[in-house]
Amino acid sequence: MIYKIISKAEFKKFIDALVRDNTSFGPRRVDTDCRGEKVYQFLQVASFNDIAFDYTATASSAKHFFLPFCEELSRFVFHDQDWDQHITYETNPIVLIGLRACDISAINILDDVLLNGNFPSPYYLGKRKNTFVIGMDHLPLPDCFCKSMNHHTVQTGFNIFCSDIGEEYYLAVNSSKAFNFLKEFNTRDPLDEDNCRLVARRKLISNSFLSEVDVTGLPSILDIEFDSPVWEKWGNKCLNCGTCAMVCPTCYCYAVEESFETNLKGATRQKRLYSCNLVNFAEVAGGHNFRPKNGDRLKYRYYHQHRGFAENDNQQICVGCNRCGRACLTKINPKDVINDLRMEKESCMICASPSPDRT
Amino acid sequence: MKKQGFTFEKLKIASFDFTCCEGCQLQLTNKESTLTDFFELLDIRTFREISSEKYDDYDIALIEGSISRQDEVERLTTIRSQAKTLIAFGTCACFGGVNSLKNKFPLKEVVAEVYPDMPVETLLVRKVSDVVKVDLSIHGCPVNKEEVERILVNLVTGSQVSLPKYPVCVECKELLNTCLFELGEICLGPITRAGCNAVCTTGKTPCLGCRGPSEEINMPAFLELIKERKLSQNDFQEKITFYNAFEAFTSYEA
Repeated sequence: MIYKIISKAEFKKFIDALVRDNTSFGPRRVDTDCRGEKVYQFLQVASFNDIAFDYTATASSAKHFFLPFCEELSRFVFHDQDWDQHITYETNPIVLIGLRACDISAINILDDVLLNGNFPSPYYLGKRKNTFVIGMDHLPLPDCFCKSMNHHTVQTGFNIFCSDIGEEYYLAVNSSKAFNFLKEFNTRDPLDEDNCRLVARRKLISNSFLSEVDVTGLPSILDIEFDSPVWEKWGNKCLNCGTCAMVCPTCYCYAVEESFETNLKGATRQKRLYSCNLVNFAEVAGGHNFRPKNGDRLKYRYYHQHRGFAENDNQQICVGCNRCGRACLTKINPKDVINDLRMEKESCMICASPSPDRT
Repeated sequence: MKKQGFTFEKLKIASFDFTCCEGCQLQLTNKESTLTDFFELLDIRTFREISSEKYDDYDIALIEGSISRQDEVERLTTIRSQAKTLIAFGTCACFGGVNSLKNKFPLKEVVAEVYPDMPVETLLVRKVSDVVKVDLSIHGCPVNKEEVERILVNLVTGSQVSLPKYPVCVECKELLNTCLFELGEICLGPITRAGCNAVCTTGKTPCLGCRGPSEEINMPAFLELIKERKLSQNDFQEKITFYNAFEAFTSYEA
């Protein structure tokens, strides 16, 4: 990693140049909600001024730049007795500006799932390698709990990460591409006092968290609480609308569908991001649904987020951005669900009396 | 049609309108880019919007509209006896649609209001499945041509026909729309079957549920949401009854 200091005026020139020459996306204000809060999304930008650098968090994550909600996996062309399959991995390079530390952590987790496993996804790889990521630090929202998940800072997965140290940005430069591009602009090496300002900034961010979720030992608590009434309680609130998974930066489950073209001369295979809360997520051929109950489906979302990967890969895949909690119309959120599970066990009275007989 | 060693038969299809605006049938002629390919799949026997020729031998009958007169009942029964597959086509056919608003008033008053000084024979509005057996429903006000095309291609090729079981929210989130509840509106998106590509909510118009309930909707949680956000009960009642698509759930009082 190389560290540089850039003035905010020079940073504007840098971003303008980058945005002018590349297809770029950054946070933009799209609405003001009924409570007067501004709503942001990652959308295409054409200049520095299009970007809301003072944004809080986007309603939806940046996941879809790497994992589109709908993606054509292959195209088939029929001949008389045979067919050809055409697959395209090529993608145009893009610049993503303004991602938060937790958003970048989420992409790193997707890398682990989709690139570092036994079957790397070339579709994902094409997009990941062609995306230039500029991260920006921020003060947490009252409901952010990324610190609990240890994702309020990020060391890798970006090209440049900008920390706001007043009149300047403290840049962590993590790729030769970024380093070479920055050569065209006025930057300087950090001095001792810049390092102090960076440490102070990090301290301020770290001390600003209002929400905390105790995730220590959570995978085993989830194992123990498989039959907990907590799942039914929260499941009863669930609208099965899939919103949580759609806005989540790490939910990657999908459905695949093949369909004929209308002229019957070919067909396509489409992938569509799905959610484990949708009613037919666990429905199999013949119509049997392994998870017909809301509570079961909700439980498995938490199991995937907080248990499965922790057991296999020593990390939970939730980064603590709380987008799902903010978007859920019925207020299902990780903090309350996880605390409820903990309460359930910690206030449990069974151990004070003899264990009930196994049935 | 011979493709890849398989021979596909064209669908012998007829389209009929009952109490409706004929907007759903008109959708059949929409989506110009694939229109010729689409009609190549069909052997159209009766379809008055595009041809004056009429033939009574068809396998598939598309039924548009709700049923609101005795002569419609008789005509529909005849079509049912002829068709191997009867498709309820559009919201009016599937649920009664906007026409069902009539059922909220005494028939006499309705006739006097719309056709004063004219004797008009009329019945309470019914959906198609209240009168004859329906084999397949294609929802929407109007139907989505892309979906119709996909379903008819599946019928030609003998592939499984499936509709989304999840609600509009999925498609709305894919489009990065701001949730209309967050803008203070009541939107039926969370309980309405997807497939429309969230066209209304993308235009910031709340969903009125024209495609009917998605599968396994959680009505108690949805009512609690409206109560908790202190949204208008009248607004909710108006929306949930607009297309008569939530008939099975309207006994709920929010």
